[in-house]
Amino acid sequence: MDGRGKERAEIASALPRFLLGWLAVGFAGLVLLPWYGLDEGVSPPALLAGRPWLLPLIPPLLLALSCSFGRTKPRVLVAAGVAGLVWLAAQAFLIIHRGWAFVWITTLLGPGPSQPALGWGAIAYAVACLMLLAYGLARLGVCKGDVFVVGALLLVVGLIALFVFYPVLCILASAVRDNDGSFAPTLFFEKLLSRSVWGLDCVFGGRSCGVAWNTVAEAALVGVLTTFLGLAFALVALRTRMPMKPLLRALSVLPIITPPFVIGLALILLFGRAGMVTVWVANLFDLPRSRWIYGMPGITIAQVLAFTPISLLVLLGVLQGVAPSLEEASQTLRASRWYTFRTVTWPLIRPGLANSFLIGFIESMADFANPLVIGGNFNVLSTDIFFAVVGASHDQGRAAVLAIVLLSFTLAAFVAQRFWLGHRSYATVAGKGHIGIPAQLPGFVRATCYAVIVPCLILIVAVYCTILVGGFVVSIGRDNTPTLQYFWTAFSIEKGVGGWFLSGSAWNSFLVTIEVALVAMPFTAALGLLTAWLLDRQQFAFRRSFEFLAMMSFAIPGTIIGVAYVLAFNVPPVSLTGTGTIIAIAFAFRNMPVGIRAGLANLSQIDRSLDEASLTLGSNSFGTLRRVILPMLRPAVITAMVYSFVRAMTAVSAVIFLVTGRYNLATTYIVGRADVGDYGVAIVYSAVLVVFMMLVLLLIQLAVGERRIGRRVEVPRIESPGTALVQT
Amino acid sequence: MRHGAPAVEFRSVSKRYGAVTAVDSVSLTIERGTLVTLLGPSGCGKTTILRLIAGLEQASEGHILIDDRNVTMLSAAERDVSMVFQSYALFPHMTVLENVCYGLRASGMRKSHAIDLAQAKLAMVGLGGYGARLPSELSGGQQQRVAVARAIVLEPKVLLFDEPLSNLDAKLRRQVREDIRELQHRLALTAVYVTHDQQEALAISDRIVVMSMARIAQDGTPRALYERPDNHFVANFIGDANILPVVVESRQGELASVRLSSVVLTLPHHNVADGPADLSIRPQALVLSRERGQLTGHVARAAYLGSHMEYWISLDVIGNQLFAIASDVTAPFAVGDSIWVTFAPSGLALLPQGRSD
Repeated sequence: MDGRGKERAEIASALPRFLLGWLAVGFAGLVLLPWYGLDEGVSPPALLAGRPWLLPLIPPLLLALSCSFGRTKPRVLVAAGVAGLVWLAAQAFLIIHRGWAFVWITTLLGPGPSQPALGWGAIAYAVACLMLLAYGLARLGVCKGDVFVVGALLLVVGLIALFVFYPVLCILASAVRDNDGSFAPTLFFEKLLSRSVWGLDCVFGGRSCGVAWNTVAEAALVGVLTTFLGLAFALVALRTRMPMKPLLRALSVLPIITPPFVIGLALILLFGRAGMVTVWVANLFDLPRSRWIYGMPGITIAQVLAFTPISLLVLLGVLQGVAPSLEEASQTLRASRWYTFRTVTWPLIRPGLANSFLIGFIESMADFANPLVIGGNFNVLSTDIFFAVVGASHDQGRAAVLAIVLLSFTLAAFVAQRFWLGHRSYATVAGKGHIGIPAQLPGFVRATCYAVIVPCLILIVAVYCTILVGGFVVSIGRDNTPTLQYFWTAFSIEKGVGGWFLSGSAWNSFLVTIEVALVAMPFTAALGLLTAWLLDRQQFAFRRSFEFLAMMSFAIPGTIIGVAYVLAFNVPPVSLTGTGTIIAIAFAFRNMPVGIRAGLANLSQIDRSLDEASLTLGSNSFGTLRRVILPMLRPAVITAMVYSFVRAMTAVSAVIFLVTGRYNLATTYIVGRADVGDYGVAIVYSAVLVVFMMLVLLLIQLAVGERRIGRRVEVPRIESPGTALVQT
Repeated sequence: MRHGAPAVEFRSVSKRYGAVTAVDSVSLTIERGTLVTLLGPSGCGKTTILRLIAGLEQASEGHILIDDRNVTMLSAAERDVSMVFQSYALFPHMTVLENVCYGLRASGMRKSHAIDLAQAKLAMVGLGGYGARLPSELSGGQQQRVAVARAIVLEPKVLLFDEPLSNLDAKLRRQVREDIRELQHRLALTAVYVTHDQQEALAISDRIVVMSMARIAQDGTPRALYERPDNHFVANFIGDANILPVVVESRQGELASVRLSSVVLTLPHHNVADGPADLSIRPQALVLSRERGQLTGHVARAAYLGSHMEYWISLDVIGNQLFAIASDVTAPFAVGDSIWVTFAPSGLALLPQGRSD
């Protein structure tokens, strides 16, 4: 007893060591680490910087130190943590690189002091204060008194606040200012209510409608079409005898490994004015060649092909959730197949259809690359935002206003999906296995399904053939002589003075993309899984709100994140633009929901009593997470890492604002090439990306697929590719 | 460690989930070295109390003391308790030995030392050679014993059992029940045991706390609960009971004379006041015979259960049907037989009038 008793006592006394450790970090932030700047690293620590407004950062730490000995006083710690954070933020936002941050202070006090952006010292200080706060709150009984949980929660919330909310707030702030930065509410309303946004000329006059209506119409159309197609695929897969397994696997992988603009690009090569099909049809029927594909038709086809697989994954789950026994019951009650489908199956899957529609709606609104490539004169919000920032007019205020409009659309759809649909799903997966055979489709439903999916499949095959082959011929459709010219331009390797070097024009962006994606990968997975764990395993006040906020970044279109990051992180207090770091951060927060979903799916398979057993055996929640949960969460870890990597490789919208000459990415490079009409290199590069990511997925599948946890027979199944992308 | 202080003490502890009160101002002490059972129907709050002791739930109000130390605000990891889960909760990715070592290693013990202790405890539960196996390679009963070994290796101040037998088949249940009791005696452990099975509770406990609707209905030794239930709920929940309305006519010392129809019985009064009251009658306290007894009736239903007979008796003077058990299986009564009923004093208990459940 005594040996163990002593060990227990040591554990108990080790807890204030947590406090002392973080206090040390806090002081290090003040006196050792460079307070300003992340890259240069030459600025002096805070206390040596000769800036008196940094001195009030000391008392909170001293206050916390004084109560770390003897009886800790939780309320004092909470106060110290809050005081430190508040002062840190206040001074950073009040005093920026050009003096006072607000004009009225300058007029009141005269020109003030200035300071550069925050650096490592400030980060260390902020985290230390956060941990003091966490310790205090835990001692007050928050989260069952678990310091690690409170700390992790505060950290995640803090990161989301800094990298999701603060940038979005910056958009809001910039929307009500003019280009000089002064407050201009009338201009805001003028821009918000402008005819170019809300005009309805296309209904009454012959001219084009406002960009908001364009976007909504486009998104609704795509939502309906993807849902319809997805349902047709799902019904054929589950309710007919057609062997669809390999096809479904391929379809579920395609949207993940395909950069979003690739389909638009292929459509241009097929149906553009000089496209293969156009030329063929023109020669055959002697029709004039037109530019019909550019605009709404092209965007619609591209987005439908791109997002139907996602809708398919949603609806497969919904259809599988309908218990066959219900349909069998209906049939034994003398209902025909059609009557059963109409009265049982259809009502049960209706909420799933609405869900699929909303996902298609959000995806379409957020899509940036297809409208950019194939949109022609048809404007949508995401591209308009882009042109407002990079175009000749350079109107940040207009970009911000458009971003607000777009954000309110996607958030409304997201809120509808979560709250309105949240309570309407009938499809439940009971513990008991349902015995029975799903009803076959009534004849004409089946015929309709086939009629819909066959052309769609032909188009998908044509698109991918174009991509894979198009880069290796001189000019696809017109001159089909095989050539390695484009491939060589992009990916040549030459022998120079110093030996072999990568001379192709694409190498730089390709390697940078892989590097940034690899850097972002562990952070995305860690952030997503930690959040999933907090959501699934911990109870705390505002849990629902926390979940909503964490998942909300799914509904923020990448274009908005891009603009927001440029607005928020271009100037002190947090200055990151032009670095690879900001791209990696954008990836991490954009793809966090994938990690969360993978984690939640996996955690729900792990019995809660395992955590509780570990806790009652004296392991704290961090130990439990590390030694019990994480080993069993391995499939989710891998899923999260893989998708984080692949999505980072294929992302366009957010990063197009953040790339620089030094940090250019594969996708933005391709879009740039396509933009100047250099289709050969664009296509060959796209093909390389698609094949590269297919190989990555295959390798991971091979490496992980056979792995078993010990000799245990039941292993949580690796999710089929793509399910992690689908929110249900 | 002070002697004489109870191992666990609840001081008006409440636990609420939103508007639902799972535990309503419960005060309770658990003496060192005893096995106390929390017994009640599902949803009565017994498991919540167990989890409050473990630190897996936090009390909304009141104080929880373990070994005279206030642990109300401490997390599960900081409390010196361990728990055997209903599902056993063995870590599937660790071997049996790693499972048993887990708690020791988590509190920082050296690996070799931890393995020695774990091996000893595995041997104690009869699984000496099973250390290298995975939990999935053991039978249900063996898994259960690993869970017990994993809990006792920490020598906790309190050992908690959450319906540990419910995943075992009926035969094994009795065996494991005896093993747990024997181990608890041998190691002089303080144990809190949750079950909804009153047989199990009667067999294993030093003391039983009967819970109903988030409160303690009665607290006492198995014998006291069975023989002197305080209210209808306990009378019905611990064993079967027939409840009949009676009148307490007079009290003298410990005893009261009680009128039931034409019969006057002399019983301990348990502080039940004069006037209308209820009488709890155990099934085996109804002695049935063809000879003259106290009240007449006839057999409404009869069932043969091998070791005994079960009868439903309709009394002629009172409307109620009574449930009776008779050990004579060789010459049973048939349905419709007229019989005499006599009340055996040992199975009778006076209750205050009115249903409390």
